[in-house]
Parts: sequence; structure tokens; C-alpha cells
Amino acid sequence: MIGLAFWIETTFRSAGGLAAVLLPAGPLVYLYLFKMMSFMQSRLGPMEAGPAGSMQLLAEVGKFLQKEDLFPAKADRIVFAAAPFVVLVSSFLLVVVVPFGPDAWFVNLDTGVFFAMAVSSVSVIGILMAGWASASKYSMLGGLRAAGQLIAYELPLVLAVMGVVIQAGTLNMQDIVLAQAEGEIFGFGGIGNPFIITQFLGFVIFMIAMQAELTQPPFDMPVAESELVTGYITEYSGMRFLLFFIGEFATAGIFAMIASVLFLGGWWVPGIDPDSNLFNILGPAVMFAKVLGVTFLVFWFRITYPRFREDQLQKLAWKVLIPLSLLNIVITGILKVAF
Amino acid sequence: MGIVPGMIKGLGVTAKTAYDTMFPDGPLKPPSPSKGAVTVQYPHEKETPTARARGVIALQEDNCTACMLCARECPDWCIYIEGHKEKAPPRRAGGKPRQKNKLDRFDIDFALCMYCGICVEVCPFDALFWSPEYEFSEPRIADLLHDKSRLAEWMETVPDFESYESGSEAKVRKVPR
Repeated sequence: MIGLAFWIETTFRSAGGLAAVLLPAGPLVYLYLFKMMSFMQSRLGPMEAGPAGSMQLLAEVGKFLQKEDLFPAKADRIVFAAAPFVVLVSSFLLVVVVPFGPDAWFVNLDTGVFFAMAVSSVSVIGILMAGWASASKYSMLGGLRAAGQLIAYELPLVLAVMGVVIQAGTLNMQDIVLAQAEGEIFGFGGIGNPFIITQFLGFVIFMIAMQAELTQPPFDMPVAESELVTGYITEYSGMRFLLFFIGEFATAGIFAMIASVLFLGGWWVPGIDPDSNLFNILGPAVMFAKVLGVTFLVFWFRITYPRFREDQLQKLAWKVLIPLSLLNIVITGILKVAF
Repeated sequence: MGIVPGMIKGLGVTAKTAYDTMFPDGPLKPPSPSKGAVTVQYPHEKETPTARARGVIALQEDNCTACMLCARECPDWCIYIEGHKEKAPPRRAGGKPRQKNKLDRFDIDFALCMYCGICVEVCPFDALFWSPEYEFSEPRIADLLHDKSRLAEWMETVPDFESYESGSEAKVRKVPR
């Protein structure tokens, strides 16, 4: 790494972090939440703001900024005000370990995967804070549901990643990408070894658990509007509501980044030497394309399936996904030792 | 059908709908979602409502006898009627002058109205009619109170009753013009 002054490096990292968190969120919301969802329901979606409604998000942000920042009378003001920031911080912490190229990373942690899995549960604290501090029974129930759900699905998420870690032999995200780039499938190295092929079960479990972690339908019990108004965000308005909204979709983008690093080869595409300097420029674009692919699946499931019941949700996590992911670890371990 | 095939079928349904919306002309033509969507972009293009659509209520003032049936049947009490008795000239020369109910005020508050149509049903004198016009929103809610002259203007938009199927003995109602 070139020696830069600490403050320059920090500025670059902050700017890069902001870009990595916020830039994918906008296209994701417009492309999938606005347009694809509309087409799947045989309607057009936003059409007025900008060509084909492409400026709709700016209009929405402008609307939210104008709204009053309301606090419920009995709310715990400090905790209530801080909660959306805690949720947003977890998405910023998550992006820290994601590599975008051979040298384009924020922090190259040896325990990157461990860090990502640990930090992704920070948002639970923010959601519980929001639910508790709102002094509303709907928010409270929503917060508790979110906590129960996120903790339950953290396990299959971590266990599904274990398979990848065993196969790659490292917790470092960068090395996981390289392991996929340099890997071979039965001696054929033409497309490397993206772990989606060898760890397909792990990928499926990861996608389901990710859907639940993001509280996207069909796992949106914490904000189930027919039961809980909007759960833990019931009492929020204006800017703070917007922060929750951004947090939700920014985290969707970042989880998709992690999924593409773990299962789809991250910034690497077949045919180019992974050590090539080209990837420092091409890498982010490749990542973005893969993120679009993964989030397409997330939003497709979101649009198609109706909401689970709370007990069905917990059953799916504890009785199906966790045993399956344990099985996946056992099989991966045996094959790893055998070959 | 098992759970997993059923879920895949569901994904197929949404994907097919998205495809049909995007490419209504077929796979090789340019996408034209505005043609494929079942919705209409309202202020730019409008659908003509069906002839008997319940848009707004029109009043034929001459037929109204201020009998108050509509006002009393109205579930929202959104019809306000005031009237007084007047002497009308006798029908035949030498007869007694007739007594007639003259309408002073007939208002319908469309901010309250729930478009149930009971007033139209209940009117025995053919004074109230449904008109399919639906664009009468106002910036001020008080302006949604239509007085009798405004209600009478809607009479022009009331379509004629459709004729019954051939062979029907019932006489087709006529809209007084």
C-alpha cells in the first residue's frame, strides 16, 4: 500500500464507505422496489418524477426531510433519537470488510467473515432500542419480534458461511475471493471455483437467512402492518424514518455484497488474472453487477411470497435451516478431509 | 403439489406477469410497459366510465316536490332540503288555485356522501339521477357542497337508460330533459 497521510487515508475510506453503502441502495430501490415490483403486479410504478420516474427517490427524500421530527410524549427521547443511527451504523460497519478489488478494500481483516457476522447483529440493538423507547405496544412487539427473528436467523447464516470458510480454509474475505479465483472443479479451472457450485446448499440457506435478517417479506413479521401497524418504526417520522428505510435497503445491498464475495467470487470474473491491477477499477463494477443479481433474487422472493406467521418463522429457522446447515458443515468437513 | 414446487410455481407467476408487462408485443420487440400494464396513467389518459357508473348525483329540479324522502333515507344525512308552499294557477279555468311545494334549497354535501345511491332509488318523482361524471374534486372541502343549480347542471351528463333486451314488456324509463 502506498504511504498516505492518516487523514487522507481516513477521508478516502469515509468517502468510499459512504459510496459503498448509499450508492447501491438507490438503484436497488428504484430498479427492484419501484419498477420490478410494479411490473410483477402489472402496473407501471412511479412515472412522474424524471424520465420513467427515475427521480422518484429524490422526491421521496425531499418529502421526508420536510416532515416534522415527532417524538411520542412518553418516549425515551435520547434512546428514541439514537436508534436509527445505531441501525445505520451496523450497515456501515458491515461494508468495512468487503473487498472490491485486489487492493481496493477498507480493512483487510484476517477474521473478516467473523467480523461481518458479528457486526450484522448490531442492528438488533438499534431495533430493540427503537421498539422499547417508542413507548408504544406495537413498537415494543415489533422490536421483540425483530430481535427474536434476527437472533434465530443469525445461526443459519453463520453456519451456512462455515461451509465456505471450511472449503476456503480462511476467514479473510480477500482470501476467500482468491480461493474461488484460483480454485478448480475436478481439475477444471476455467471458471475457477465459485462456491455457489460446491456450496449450493449453503448458498440457499444463506439466501433464506439473509432475507430474514433484512426483514424483507416473507419474513417481515417485525413490521407486519396488519398486526403491528409498522412495528418498531410506528412512531418514527421524517428524517428518522428515512434513516430506517435507508438502513434497510443499504443493508440489503451490503448483505448481497457479502453473499457475492462468499459464493459468487466477489470482484473476480473468469478469464482475467486475479492479481491484475485491472481489478482495482473493474472490481467495484463486477461487485455491483453481482449485487444486482443477488438482490434481484431477494426482491423477487419479497414480491412473490406472502408473510409467514411468527411460529412458522421460528420453526423454519430452528427445525429446518439449522439442521440443514449443520449437515452442510459435516459434509463439507468430510469432503475437505477426504480430498 | 409439494411446498418447493409450489413456491417455484409462485415465482413463475410473478416472473410471467413482469414479462407480460414489459414485453406485451413479444420477446423481440422493444419493451413497452405502458402498453403491457393493466393500469391507466390517470391524469394523462382517462378511461370512459360505464354509462351507469355512480359518479355524481344530478337533480331535475322541476320534478322535485321537496318530499324529503331522500334526505330522510340518506345514511350520512348529507342532503339538505328547504321548501315552501306556493299557490299555483288552477289547471282549468274557474278551478281552485293549486298548492305546490317550491324548492328553496337542495344541497348535497359530496364530502359526506358515500355514493350509496339510496336517494336515487327512493325518489318517487324522477328527480334524482346518477351521472357517470367523476371529476369534481375541489381545493376547498366546503366547495364539495353542491347547491341545486350545480346539481341541475349535472343533468346534462346523465345518459339515457338503455333499452331492455328484445321481447321485454317493461317500459324503458326516460330521463326527463
